[in-house]
Amino acid sequence: MSIEFQSVSKKFGSTQALDQVNLTLEEGHIYGLLGNNGAGKTTLLSILTDRLRPNSGQVLVDGERVKNNDEALGKLFLVGEQNFFPDDMRVKKAFRVADSFYPDFDLDRAMELAKEFGLPLKKKITSLSTGYASIFRLVLGLSVNTPYILFDEPVLGLDAQHRDLFYRLLIEKYSQDPCTILISTHLIAEVEHIVDHTIILREGKILRDAPTEDLMADTYALSGPAGMVDQYAEGKNILSSHTLGGLKTVSIQGTPDTDLPLGLEVSPMSLQDYFISLQEACERKEMA
Amino acid sequence: MPFQGEKPIFLQLAEQLEEGILSGAYPEGSQVPSITEYATTYKINPATANKGINLLVNAGLLYKKRGIGMFVAEGARAQLRKQRSEAFYQDYVKKLVREAQNLGLDLDQLTELIQRGYYDVH
Repeated sequence: MSIEFQSVSKKFGSTQALDQVNLTLEEGHIYGLLGNNGAGKTTLLSILTDRLRPNSGQVLVDGERVKNNDEALGKLFLVGEQNFFPDDMRVKKAFRVADSFYPDFDLDRAMELAKEFGLPLKKKITSLSTGYASIFRLVLGLSVNTPYILFDEPVLGLDAQHRDLFYRLLIEKYSQDPCTILISTHLIAEVEHIVDHTIILREGKILRDAPTEDLMADTYALSGPAGMVDQYAEGKNILSSHTLGGLKTVSIQGTPDTDLPLGLEVSPMSLQDYFISLQEACERKEMA
Repeated sequence: MPFQGEKPIFLQLAEQLEEGILSGAYPEGSQVPSITEYATTYKINPATANKGINLLVNAGLLYKKRGIGMFVAEGARAQLRKQRSEAFYQDYVKKLVREAQNLGLDLDQLTELIQRGYYDVH
């Protein structure tokens, strides 16, 4: 059971949105899909759900091509910006429609979640505020029970309390009924401890694709007097560096030496800091 | 988010559970929260919560009752106190000495500060 991208490429005019992407999503993980604006995240998800066709390559869901394949597509649910319901449909009616579309949709659960989020059932979908329109789609995603659930910027416009509630409900759902979840987001710090596997896209290419734990174990921040830091970091794979007066902090790919000279300090990096450092390293390379 | 910085989350969770056992929040023989409860409360991946809790299971501090949940083992508190003294040396004493050296304090000065702290806290 898996989703496979095989050499998927997509061009928009002269822009290479995806460039020979090979990627496998295995069952029973929560994947984080990270990338700056324009990195290709939404294109990737649109091709996966057959809303866009690649110029070359293919996507398989459990071994079946997704192209024009309702059965394969029925295993996926994408929570994104688009709305698939008629404009004047009310929330409650939309849940019923989803229920008739997806065999494992849990209508009672959807009603419960709507109540928990304070989502008004009688309102027309189009008259919902940005936040509640997001909540409406999240409730669908949390109730649909397809084997693969894809969230594209799930918490857009949500206040802190509702974001918190969403993450809890997502984890609750996942631990009671393990499925495969992918979250594409800019709010890296909020998902850092939730996603057990991280995929980083940059300019249509996959930059990193590894268990989050492995990524974090292979990087660290080092700080101390600039001269000492430079001496220690010489020859190491430096991702980014910042100075503040005489104090220098560099982020390094690799594992720190066990015997550090006095005055140097090593600390672990957050996923977000790692992500930013990696982007900086790429930009430096491109400039050179 | 109660977890931050230095250590991997599963270790921090394990330590928090240990604290709970030491403080008596989780008495010996009592049931501890489930993986799902930990994962949703701290907003961490259930696999991470499982990894942290398994550390305590493997150390014999917790035991599983199939279909019911996890419980604190008899003698867990005494076992933890013993373990913690060694960890205290590794995690705190060594760091303390290192910081003292950074500050240019010698052993007598450090001992004096520890004594001061000891009586201040009492």
